[in-house]
Amino acid sequence: MKFVVMALAALVSCLPPAAAAPVVAAASDLQFALPEVAERFHAKTGRQVRVALGSSGNLRQQIAHGAPFALFMSADEAFVFAIAREGRALDEGVLYAIGRIALFVPQGSPVSLDADLKGLAAALTAGSVRRFAIANPEHAPYGRAAREALINTHLWEAISPRLVLGENVSQAAQFITSGNAQAGIIAYSLALAPAVTARGRHILIPERHHAPLRQRMALLKGADDTARAFYAFLQGSEAREILKRWGFLLPGE
Amino acid sequence: MGRWLAAAQFTGKGLVEALVALPLVLPPTVLGYYLIVAFGAGSWLGELYGRLTDRSLVFSFDGLLVASVIFNLPFAIQPIQRAYEAIPLDVRQAAACCGMSARRAFLRVELPLAWPGIVSAAALTFAHTLGEFGVVLMVGGSIPGETRTIAIAIYDSLQALDTDAAGAMSALLLVLSLGALALVYGTSRRVGRRRG
Repeated sequence: MKFVVMALAALVSCLPPAAAAPVVAAASDLQFALPEVAERFHAKTGRQVRVALGSSGNLRQQIAHGAPFALFMSADEAFVFAIAREGRALDEGVLYAIGRIALFVPQGSPVSLDADLKGLAAALTAGSVRRFAIANPEHAPYGRAAREALINTHLWEAISPRLVLGENVSQAAQFITSGNAQAGIIAYSLALAPAVTARGRHILIPERHHAPLRQRMALLKGADDTARAFYAFLQGSEAREILKRWGFLLPGE
Repeated sequence: MGRWLAAAQFTGKGLVEALVALPLVLPPTVLGYYLIVAFGAGSWLGELYGRLTDRSLVFSFDGLLVASVIFNLPFAIQPIQRAYEAIPLDVRQAAACCGMSARRAFLRVELPLAWPGIVSAAALTFAHTLGEFGVVLMVGGSIPGETRTIAIAIYDSLQALDTDAAGAMSALLLVLSLGALALVYGTSRRVGRRRG
């Protein structure tokens, strides 16, 4: 019994104080960009937000089931419109970025990189790509964009049997950087991260190969002052500058 | 409940035992799905809890606590049940013969004999709660400081390509789990010696 009490006490002492910072539910292509924005926000205002990352589709489901998020940053605006329709968002929010995708191969891969994925097609024929990683197109916007690009370049049929699907785009990137997949299509914002760049090569896939990844965010019912301030901060020049540096296109530019 | 299951004989006991053991064999996704359906927004349980406490049962620490109790049922109950079953009937009858009240017999005779089973249950439950992943991910999401458990934090840091952090946390969890299991086997061996 003493053991249980001690374990419980240890567990409780690990908990943060109540009334903690609001939670931002963000698409995982923001894995590296958003913490930087949040840090700048904290430095400037002294306020803090917490970030929960996932695929936009999964986060949208969690919101529908009552997850206590304050702000939803989706990689696909359709999910934001859906929760707005269901009355869980304050409004239909704003567009905050246009996402781009990139073909990424690990260090030492024989695949040559070009915008129309011809090198990838050759590597598929040669059999040097056994596993190809993308995010799950069922619920991850970046997975869907990857599938569109592969269909448009007539590679989908050849690649389908070799696909490994990440739960979100960040997991797909991890499959490749760990060398377990020989190539993949991930978010350009992730390909630019030092931890990823150091482990391979990438090339931006032209916008003509897929429908634009219109990334929209909206405040959710019950959002507090800090969440509102962060929402405004995200639309300001400082945050836009950071997003741009992480490879996003910005609305109105 | 473990004591009751050890002593009671009734039709349908098999079914109750099966229900208790169910979380052992069910995929976490099945458990997670039913928990979300049962506790989520729109379910009467979720609504009731929300009205009473102004909090949510899914994607919150409260929800994880309830989920943990459910998926730990077999780990908590089975060792205790086995421990009580191992107490010979004549020991209990002897206690009754000596004029001990049921309460006194429970405290002075049964509890000390079943103690190793209870310690096992506590240690297993503790380790299993720390390590559970699937259900926690589904019911809890991954909210920093609220529902991001160490198992989820490992998954997250691996996705953030932070292998150092993932490695450190994995090692910690490995040591804790090993410690809990060593405690379990250590106590059960002592019982064996005492009996032999």
